[in-house]
Amino acid sequence: MTETRIAEDPAIPGHYNLRLYVAGQTPKSLTAIANLKAICEDHLAGRYTIEVIDLIQNPQLAEGDQILAVPTLVRRLPPPIKRVIGNLSNTHRVLVGLDIRPLDDVPS
Amino acid sequence: MRASSAGGALPKCLTGISGLDDVTLGGLPAGRPTLLCGAAGCGKTLFAMTFLVNGATLYGETGVFMSFEERSHDLIENVASLGYDVEALVSDGRLAIDHVRVESAEIEESGEYDLEALFVRLGYAIDRIGAKRVVLDTIEALFSGFTDQAVLRAELRRLFGWLKDKGVTAIITGERGDGQLTRYGIEEYVSDCVILLDNRVLDQVTTRRLRIVKYRGSAHGTNEYPFLIDDQGISVMPITSAGLEHRTSSAVVPTGVAGLDAMFGIGGFYRGSSVLLSGLAGTGKSTFSASFADAVCKRGEKCLYFAFEESPDQIIRNMRSAGIDLQQHRDSGLLHFEAARPSLYGLEMHLARMNRDIEDYGPDAVVVDPISAFRGVQSEIHATLLRLADICKARGITGIFTSLSLAADHVTESDRGVSSLMDSWISLTDVEASGERNRVLYVLKSRGMKHSNQMREYLLTDHGIELIEPYVGVQGVLTGAARLAQEAAERDAALERAQARERRRRDLLRKRVAIERQIAEMQALLQAEEEEAALVRAHEAEHEGVLTEDRAAMAIKRGAPA
Repeated sequence: MTETRIAEDPAIPGHYNLRLYVAGQTPKSLTAIANLKAICEDHLAGRYTIEVIDLIQNPQLAEGDQILAVPTLVRRLPPPIKRVIGNLSNTHRVLVGLDIRPLDDVPS
Repeated sequence: MRASSAGGALPKCLTGISGLDDVTLGGLPAGRPTLLCGAAGCGKTLFAMTFLVNGATLYGETGVFMSFEERSHDLIENVASLGYDVEALVSDGRLAIDHVRVESAEIEESGEYDLEALFVRLGYAIDRIGAKRVVLDTIEALFSGFTDQAVLRAELRRLFGWLKDKGVTAIITGERGDGQLTRYGIEEYVSDCVILLDNRVLDQVTTRRLRIVKYRGSAHGTNEYPFLIDDQGISVMPITSAGLEHRTSSAVVPTGVAGLDAMFGIGGFYRGSSVLLSGLAGTGKSTFSASFADAVCKRGEKCLYFAFEESPDQIIRNMRSAGIDLQQHRDSGLLHFEAARPSLYGLEMHLARMNRDIEDYGPDAVVVDPISAFRGVQSEIHATLLRLADICKARGITGIFTSLSLAADHVTESDRGVSSLMDSWISLTDVEASGERNRVLYVLKSRGMKHSNQMREYLLTDHGIELIEPYVGVQGVLTGAARLAQEAAERDAALERAQARERRRRDLLRKRVAIERQIAEMQALLQAEEEEAALVRAHEAEHEGVLTEDRAAMAIKRGAPA
């Protein structure tokens, strides 16, 4: 399990607690981790936590969050729980899935 | 893995479902996936769960149930109705249930993905309890959860290959689709064994049927077999395979009615024969059946009574009025009633139930009262009864089948249909004469023995059925008052004959006396004549002497020298 902790206090409102489930260090997994980090830095700088769970090492965790496909990104906070599957290459779909309004969405 | 190699080298895995293992000649292909498909409500989930529960309880093989539809505790509750304590099996570690929730609305797709997590979950569950059996119910739910069908199909193909590599015997259920076995055509990937379940409604009655569509590398029964789901689990009835190879017995089973026994050349029915009792309403078909059942139980044999029109208590009460005490046999366990309305199930289902009851109870005799209660297509009734008769014969069970005739010609359509299946046929009917109805029976046929051709009147008395000595008149057998009149007439005639005889005897006596008197008179007359004659002779002799003396005296007197 790899944890990347950036924000100090996960309990503050508007904080994103994200969990990424992967199965082994496959190219698909690595792409997903890289894509996720980039999206978070771009849109959620300073207010997110990412937890990466490798199901090959912790298979018992798949049942709890109802994981079928990998990679699966789960937004645990703020509620409700949201899921995005895939290598997260489509940034727009990730933002829709996580319910984040892109910063460049508002035309200036 | 428990496997048998019946029907070839292919190792098989017993399901423990009675009948299915016969039809598949030893069970499902071991270590391979089997597709179980059917429309909603066919019992796919129950079938699959039974496979796992039997594996855990009967064969010591643990199993994983991966449910894509029902939640774990719903599943446990649902199969509890079949008497399965899944919760205990789960806590013992003999069974694992994993509910996989598939909800497309919650999931956003972005880029490439695969279903490796499903493999991980399943693999983890299998390894955790060392499972040999796996059920995926219903894996097609995945199609509603993921939009990329190409990925899904590739992953399913990989999943089934992976299951084979794992060496687990798997059941994959699928919903029946239009024009194909499953809605999404997954039979393409699971090709070793495909079983189709069906739930057909005919005349508002449903019948569950099972068919093995394919079984690669093994022979199998190809017919549709009815199957049954009730509180005793699932049973499949491979009864269409019943043949004509049953052994026959020459032993005799009394009919339970003394006079009736005498009408059969061997003094009863052959053991293991099928007997049809057909008759109009109120001719005592049930009473004959009960007499037979009573006789069977009194010999210490077991009788199974299928009642389709009366409840067991009602039968017992009614038969008590005829002096037949069935309650004692019921208490001693020799008599067992199975009562059900004919409309409760389809014909196949009734047959399946009867077959199971016969198997479970192991009776020496069976009574089906009445077969005419079954409604349906004539050919199906015929087929059902044929199989029922075969089931009985194969086990050497004597079967009594009653049939209600509707028309007064006492051979109705349904009788004709089944009569060829029956070894003996007793027809009960009634005769109307002199303003009354009287019951009459005759033996229409009885294979393999001589039998009486006489029509016999019988009475239903408070001590059973009594056959009455026949009186045959010009218009046929005489019954009731006509018979009594005939009896009276014969008594009169006999009296008259006796009187005439007496008269003749007295006449003769009188004549004899008269003639003897005449003889005596004539003898007296003769004697008198003889006495007269003797007197005359004596008189003449005396007279002669006197003459001689007179002549001598005369001579002396004339002086002739002396």
